[in-house]
Parts: sequence; C-alpha cells; structure tokens
Amino acid sequence: MLDPSSGAGRRVAGLWWMLFWISVVAVAVVVGLIAVAIVRRHRRPEATAGEGEGDDDIDRSPVAWGDRFVVLSGIVVTGVVLAVSFVVSLFVLNDLAAPAERQPLKIEVVAHTWWWEVRYPGGAVTANEIHIPVGEPVEVRLRTADVIHSFWVPELQVKQDLVPGMDNHLSLEADHAGRFRGQCAEYCGLQHAHMVFFVRAQPPAEFQDWLADQGRPAADPTSALAQQGRTTFEGSSCAGCHTIRGTTADGVLGPDLTHLAGRETIGAGVDRLDPDTLARWIANAQDDKPGASMPPTELTPAQVDAVVAYLLGLE
Amino acid sequence: MAVTEAAAAPRVEHEDHEAMVETGRPGELLPARYGGARAFGWWGMVWLIATEATLFALLIASYFYLRFRFGPPWPPDGIENPKLGLPLLMTVVLWSSSPCVHLAERGIRAGSQRRLRLGLAAGWVLGATFLVLTFAVEWPTTLKEFGPTTNAYGSMFFTITGFHAAHVVVGLLMSAWVQVWAARGLYDRERHLSVENFAMYWQFVDAVWAFVLLAVYISPRL
Amino acid sequence: MTGIQTGIATVTAPAPDEIEWRGEVVRQLDADWSEGGGIGSWIGTVDHKRIGLRYLYTGLVFFAAGGIESLLIRLQLAGPDLHVVGPEAYDQLFSMHGVTMMFLFAMPVLSGFGNYFVPLMIGARDMAFPRLNAFGYWMLLGAGLFLYSSFLFGKAPDNGWFNYVPLGDSRFTPGINIDYYLIGLILLGISSTGGAINFIVTILKLRAPGMTLNRIPIFVWGELAMSLQIVFALPALTLASVLLMLDRTFGFHFYDEAGGGDPLLWQHLFWVFGHPEVYIVALPGFGIASAIIPTWVRRPIVGYTYIVIGELSVALIGFGVWVHHMFAVGLPNMTLSFISLASFMVAIPSAIQVFAWLATLVAGRPVLKTPLLFVLGFIVIFVIGGVTGVMFAAVPFDQATTDSYFVVAHLHYVLVGSAVFPIFGALYHWGPKVTGHLLDERLGKWSFWLMFAGFNLAFFPQHLLGLYGMPRRVYTYDADLGWSAYNLASTIGAFILGVGILVTAYNWVRSRRRGDPAGNDPWRGETLEWYTTSPPAPYNFVTVPTVRSREPMWDQPELAGGAQHPDAGGRPLTGGHLTLSTSPLDARPQAVVHMPHSTPWPFFLTLALLLVAVGVLLNAWPVAIVGVVASGAGLAGWYWPRGQTQET
Repeated sequence: MLDPSSGAGRRVAGLWWMLFWISVVAVAVVVGLIAVAIVRRHRRPEATAGEGEGDDDIDRSPVAWGDRFVVLSGIVVTGVVLAVSFVVSLFVLNDLAAPAERQPLKIEVVAHTWWWEVRYPGGAVTANEIHIPVGEPVEVRLRTADVIHSFWVPELQVKQDLVPGMDNHLSLEADHAGRFRGQCAEYCGLQHAHMVFFVRAQPPAEFQDWLADQGRPAADPTSALAQQGRTTFEGSSCAGCHTIRGTTADGVLGPDLTHLAGRETIGAGVDRLDPDTLARWIANAQDDKPGASMPPTELTPAQVDAVVAYLLGLE
Repeated sequence: MAVTEAAAAPRVEHEDHEAMVETGRPGELLPARYGGARAFGWWGMVWLIATEATLFALLIASYFYLRFRFGPPWPPDGIENPKLGLPLLMTVVLWSSSPCVHLAERGIRAGSQRRLRLGLAAGWVLGATFLVLTFAVEWPTTLKEFGPTTNAYGSMFFTITGFHAAHVVVGLLMSAWVQVWAARGLYDRERHLSVENFAMYWQFVDAVWAFVLLAVYISPRL
Repeated sequence: MTGIQTGIATVTAPAPDEIEWRGEVVRQLDADWSEGGGIGSWIGTVDHKRIGLRYLYTGLVFFAAGGIESLLIRLQLAGPDLHVVGPEAYDQLFSMHGVTMMFLFAMPVLSGFGNYFVPLMIGARDMAFPRLNAFGYWMLLGAGLFLYSSFLFGKAPDNGWFNYVPLGDSRFTPGINIDYYLIGLILLGISSTGGAINFIVTILKLRAPGMTLNRIPIFVWGELAMSLQIVFALPALTLASVLLMLDRTFGFHFYDEAGGGDPLLWQHLFWVFGHPEVYIVALPGFGIASAIIPTWVRRPIVGYTYIVIGELSVALIGFGVWVHHMFAVGLPNMTLSFISLASFMVAIPSAIQVFAWLATLVAGRPVLKTPLLFVLGFIVIFVIGGVTGVMFAAVPFDQATTDSYFVVAHLHYVLVGSAVFPIFGALYHWGPKVTGHLLDERLGKWSFWLMFAGFNLAFFPQHLLGLYGMPRRVYTYDADLGWSAYNLASTIGAFILGVGILVTAYNWVRSRRRGDPAGNDPWRGETLEWYTTSPPAPYNFVTVPTVRSREPMWDQPELAGGAQHPDAGGRPLTGGHLTLSTSPLDARPQAVVHMPHSTPWPFFLTLALLLVAVGVLLNAWPVAIVGVVASGAGLAGWYWPRGQTQET
C-alpha cells in the first residue's frame, strides 16, 4: 500500500498518510504529557492546609483546569479531528466506488481452496494469473466455489471478500505496466498461505494479443516426448480434474491448464514454474502443499517427464 | 446499651423470631425477612431475564434477517403460510396462565396459602396444556409439510418455537418446585421470594410468546 | 509516615476498651465466617477472595499456555519457509492462542481481580451470590480443561477464534474441532454471564452505607460496565454457537446459502458479541488504571464524572459498531458509512479517560514505582493501538489493511495495552494485599522494561508487514518478499516479552516466601481495600464502614485503625453469616442478609454440565440426557431451603 500503482491505491495511501501524521501528533501529545508529569514530580506540594487531617503527602486541592482540560482535549479536539478524518474517508470511499469513465472489461474470478479460477469474456479461462490492460478499468466479479476467501492486490486496490451467495465486484486498474502480487486475505483452511496470484498489467495491444491467445485451444505438442505426454494426460486421472481445451481432457475440479506454460508459479504460489518443480508437483503435490486437493500421481517417473514436456509447451 | 453488650447479644427476640436483626450500631435494627427489590435473588432473576430476552431478540432478529436477505416469497420453496387457528388457541391457553400465577403471588403476599396453591396449580395445568398442544399437535402437523432440515425457514420455525417451548418446560419445573415447597408451608406473607421470582420468569415467558406469535405466525401474512 | 517510602503504614494504637470490644467482635466473626480446611472447604468454598484468587491463578496458567502457543507461532514465522510446525498444527495454535487469551486469560483474570476487590472496595462482606460465584469459577476451569482436552486428540479448534462459516461448518470441517470450540464457548458463556449478574447485583445492592453513586471507585464502575456488556453481548455468541451446532449436528440450514441460510449471519451474530467483547476486556483494565493512578500520584483522580460517563459510553456505543469487522465483506457503502461514523466516535469516551488520567498525572506527583510504570506503559501502548483503531474506522483504509498484519498489530496494541499491562500493574499494586507480602521493586522494574521493550519490538514491525502486504493467519511466507527481517525482529521481541513476564512470575513466587510484610496499607491508598488486613480475613472487615467520601481512606481518619467504631458508623454485623443490603442509588441500609455457607452443589452442577457437554460433543445422547437430569438434581440441591433465615 505504501507503493501504489493505481489511482485507487494512491487515494488510499493519501488517506493513510493523513491519518498517520494525525496519529504521530496524538501519540506525541500523550507521551509529552507523561514526560511533563514525570519531570514535575518532585516539585513542592501545593498547600493542603484546611483539607483533611494530618501532615501526609496527599494533595487534595481541586484542579481548577482539570474538567476544562478533559472536555477540551478529550471531547472537543478529539471530536473535531475524528469528524474531519471521517469526512475525508467518506470522500475516498466515494472515489473508490465511482463507476469507471469507460466501459470496463468484465472478468470473473472464482476462488477455490486453494487456487484462483479466472474467466475472460470470449471463453478464455486461466488460473492464478490475471492480465489487465494498462490504464483501463477492469471490473472483476468475485465468486467462490466453497468457503469465504478475500481478493487482495495490495499495490493496486483494497481487498474484497468472496462470499458464498454474494455477488461482489471490485474494480482493478493499473496506471503502468508491471507485475503485482496478490494473495488470499481471508483464512480459508490449511493452505491459505499458498493461495497467491499475480496481476500483470500490459500495454493494451499486448493485452489483446494475450487475450486472443488465451482463447485459442491448446498448442499441439512439438516433440515425440510431448506427444506421449499428451496421450498420457488424456488417458490418466489428470483429465478427470483438469481441462485442456482442444484435447479430450475436460475435468473441472482443478485449474484449466490450456496455457499453463505462461504462468509464473505452480500450485498458486508454492514455487516458480519450471520442469523440476512441475515434475515434483505432479509426483506428489502433498509434499509442498499438504492438504491440497491434488492427490499423488499414479504415473511412473518416465510418464511424468513426458507430461511435463507436454505441459511446458502449452504457451 | 453499651457497645460490648450489643456485640455480644445481637439477636433480638421479636414477636416474629429473627424478623429484625441488630447491626451493631447503637439502636439500629434492620429487617432480616423481606422480599422484592430488597432481596438479592430478585435482582438476579431480573438480570437473568435480561439475558434471555436478549437471546430471543437476537433469534427473532436473525429470523427477519434471513427472511429479508433473500426476499419474497416467504415462506420459501412453496411452503404455505402457517395456519393461525391452533396457535391462537395455544395463545389463549398460555396467556390464561398469567393471571393464575399473578393471583397466586398476590395471594401469598396477603398471606393466603390457598390462593397460592390454587393459582400455581392452575397455571401449571395451562402451561402443560400449551406444551401438549405444541409437541403433540402443532409440530407433528407442521412436520408433514416441512421440517427443520428442509431449509432455513424450517430451521427457524422449529428453533424459535422450540426455544420458547424449552423455556416453558423450565418454567413448569420451577413451578413444580415452588408448589412442592408451598405444600410444605415454606412461604408466608413476608417471605416468598421464590414465588416472586417464578412469577417474574413466567410472565416473561408469556410475554415472549407474543413476539413468537407475531414473528412466526402473523408476520408472513402482513 | 507515608507508606510508600517505608512500605509499612503507621497505625495509632487503639484504646484498651476498644481492643476488648474489637477482640469480641473478631472472635464472633471468625466463628461465623471461617470455612475451615480440608477437601470439603476446597470444593465448596464460597469466599469471594478464595474464588477470586483461583480465577487469577487459573487465568495466569492459561496465559502461559497462550504464551507458549504464541511463541511457537513466532518460531514458525521467524524465517521464510520454516518447518517448525506444519499447517495443521499451526492452524490449531493460532486459533487456540486467540481463544485462550480472550476467554481463558483476560476475562478470568479481570474477573478475578473484580471478584477479589469489588466487595472490598465497596465495603461488603462478599459478593451478592457466593454460590453462583463458585459455580462461575468451576465452569471456567471445566470449560478450559474441556477445550484443552482437544489437543490430546489433535483436534483443537483450527478455524481461528472467530470461526467463520462455511469453513467452520460440517462440510468443510467435519471433525470435532469446531464442536469443541462451540460447546466450549457455550460453557464459558454460562460462566461469564453468571459472574456478570453477580457483579451487577453486588455493585448495586451491597455497597457500604453512604457509598452513593458518585463515591463508587472507578474500578468498580469499570467492572459494572463490563458486566452490563457481558449480559447483553454473550447471548449473541451463545445463539451463534447453538445455531451452528444445530447446522453441524442435525443438518439445519441457518448458515448455508444453498438452504436459504447465510454465512454472513454468523459474522453478524459473532461480532455483535465480538466487538463488545474487546471492551469487556478493556474496561476493567481502564478501571485498574483509575485505581492505581490516584494512589501513586498522591491525589484524587481528575475528572471522575467524565471518566465514569466515559466507561459507560464505551460500553453502550460499543454495541453499535460491530459491522466494522465486516467492511470488506461486500455490504452497501451507505451501511458502512454509518458504522464508520460510530466507530470514529467511539474513540471519544476512551480519549476522555486518557486525558483525565494525564491530567491527574500532571497535577499529581507521580511515584515511579512498578505499579505506576505498568500504567504508564499501558497508556502509551493503548494510545498507539487506539490511533491505529481510528485508522480502521476509515472504510477505505480498513479495506486495504484488514486481515493483514496491520490489524494483528493493532489488536495486540489495544488488548495487550489495555489488559496485560494493567493486569501486571495490578499484580504489583494489589499483590501485597492478596499475599500479605511486598514484591521486589527492582525485579518489578526489570519486568516492566523487558515487557515494554519486548512488546514493542514484537508488534511494531507488524504494522509494516501489513502495509507491505502480509496477510494474517499464514503459516509461512516466501523469502523474496522482504518480510523476513521484520518477522525475525517480531519473534525476538516476543521472546523478550516472555522473559519479562517470567520475571514477574518469579517475583510473585519469591515474595510469598521472602517478601517484606505488607501491613494493611503499604501505599497509603485511598479506597476501602486498604481498610483491612493483608490478606483480609474471611469476613473482610471488622465493621462494615459508613462511607462519607470518594477517597474514604484519605478523608476518614477513623478508618485507619481497620475497624470503624459503631459510634462513627461501623456495623459489626455479628450473629451469623451476615452482610447488608443497601439501596442502589444512595446506599441506604435496607436489610440484613444471611449469606450461604460453603457448599459442594456448584461443583456438582459443573460436573453435570460437563457431562452434558461431553455427551453432545460425542453425539452420545444418553450421556447428555443423564447430564441434564444430574443438572436438575444439582439445582435442586443448591436451592434446597435451609434454615429459617436464608432468602427463600
């Protein structure tokens, strides 16, 4: 949030800095008064003659400024500062909720334990990565397939929960190209820590190319090993959970793998995607993400190699 | 009276033994037999009722929350509006027990053991009748159409009426207890805190029924 | 002359016939009030001091348990991708850490101080309902053991201390983890509610004659405000838990949207309880500060009326802001705006109290010993937590940082600030009254500074972690995010905090054996707990005093002897197990009440209810039914009329 890359992010950061400086002053006042009290503590006591008995050190004299001080500082000044803060926050809230000037691109995100399904208009489906065009608003429809999750890209936008039965929306817009990290922000079970996604903001033309690409069916295998891999994939339990458009694999329990090779991580943030990590993941996802829905594979290591070769060709 | 003597012999033989007790301050006597707001137990019951009232208020608020969250129709899923006939009869039965219990309390306050016992007994019979109507007639009839696991409406219907019925059961147990001790002559015009507390509780349970009736049985028709 | 320098109060010697009179009264009170020894007395005690001490010690043992849980959490997070504990264990650790600290440490210890000191401060001989008091403690112990037994089966609650659904329903957590949680909370609710009713009636009806509303010590007001909140907030938690039990056990549909229910209903019901809960924890802490400050700055508190109104306003307004825990859920902005306004405004009554304390500190002459140091630490830490709380009242900022480490930092600053630091201050301020021995001042200072430094090192970096995007409740994180250094610092701070706590634990144990005798009034305090011996006798006071001032020990010199003479207003109330019932507003004596003697029925009733709990947990319905019948028997035994003089 301290390094925003969007209009929304900047507005929230501005609100934060205002509240931060107010807080610094408030804490300084309190600490300062404590310091004053400590420094003055050895001064000679006020005359207590006529009040109570004995020569003890109890000071019973009334504090003439006491009530006024409490009312002024505790009610008036505090109240004014709070009221101003509230009003400013309302303006920011309003800004964040303002409808986009242009017709936004509408995409849908469905949260699963523990990965993110991303659906684009035109049939492109991917997982754990969201591409958006720079400088253009994207409206994200937030749904969940199971429990409550929360969609949070700190550098771009405030978070919003995905709640069963609710149709929540969030507007996403980056003002420059880049890669922004997102993570689930509502405890959703064992692997809540490994529910990471990335938002890539691309120049509009590049984004359109990407989108068109994502809409196409899977690339054909270019090597014999990869060909073997595709056959193995279609014929094994893999196809029961995963979809690769253009093949016979049409499972819907796990992420769509049609363009897997273009993604940054495997297992929604468990590791960077490369041949070794992918092979490890397929062999036994439970090693690195215990509790994940993906069971250990029944494939032999040679078969796994073939599948890896195939999958990493799916740009 | 010297202070030492007062400290040594604090209990004064009043005509009603131990009705007044010396505190030890010279000449100061305070009652040791009392009821109502002087008694700690009375306040205990007041605050117990406060928590139970809050529980019911939240339950009924949850009912309306779920109802308006998902909009008409209500009841959902083709369930018919609850019939009013039997609930209205149950209302008459339950609310008739109120004056009975009230008369029992006023009776003992005037010193009448007879009115105490008759009032409590009548109230008990009416309360038990209410429960019989609930568990033997109203619920079985309703279960023919839907149950607590059918949907949220069913869950709410049976939980709200069930919570209330459970409070009536507790009330009947309390009443039985008080009646047993009344028969053993424990209560008199000065000391009958249990009767007061039971009466307070019972009137509370009867009052809650108004809200159950309104929310569950009448409001779907409004 | 002053107790603070020497640690011993000087008492003018009483006249000979006064000694004789006093001796006779003490002899009779000893006979009427002593509970004896042995197992019967141990199980059946109804003495508010013994019960208060049990709450204190039991709560502190659970504090240690919660502390160990937090240290394991911090070890796991000390570096990226560590394997100190796996995710399953981690989830149980952070969940039980929250449950333990809120329900098994903070509330019991603060109730414990209340139990011990409210009757003393209001000049009463006991709480209004001594047996209910005992029952509340046994239920706390039973609920705590019940909850912790879940660890033996590896099935501790693992869905966080607020247990959102659907994750907490039977589809997604079919194991008994959540049933343990729900039943445990229901048991704790029974304990707390009984305790709260006890405090309310005690404070309204048992005050010493002359203690009008505006003479009530602020600590007592704090316990009253806390208790009023408990009475109205706990039903929400109980209801939420019962409804989820019905969903999980019998397939009801309160929370599942497929059946017409709503997961948000759980959030609403939980937070209707949950927000007042944090004030339930904070208000007694504020009360402790208001008890310690006047004594240790040698002057009456400034702004008494404002502080009292502040305590009660926090209690009231605290019921109107619960939705601020749900700002990111997708509710309409209009709703959020109203709650945001209320959430900003609830800071005002707290600010009033802070400035009143500061005024008292400046106008007085602070004596920088351990009790006051902990209060000063509380003020600084709580204010920091308070200002981040104000930040959270701003909806967009909340939506950016909720569920991140920023909120973890905030909640620890306000809760550790407003509960732990005052509690430790109270251990040093009231410890001598409880044990009869002074604590070591040097160790006290070490403990304070270690705790203050350790706490800030542990939690300040977490603000930054939240701003840098670290979500809460994650069992690990990547090395390349830049979070590692802050996490390591936080872990080190947590261990330093732990050491500081251990220093006080050692100090307490050591003082019982080797500490100097405290005497009645080592600090020359202003409220009535200093009127009597350290520790107080079972009957608390030789005579129930007549109070004529807000600071009776400073303004009524006849109290200095420990037995206000009847001619000056003291009431021996001998001739039975007696206390006074007084009117709620003016504390005029209305009646003499016979208090119950020790009895095993509260203990028995607790066992019966635990049987019900176990039966429900295991779905063993015959066991549960036996427990219900046994509970009925327990109540019958409890209420069986005994003797002509008891309330009937």
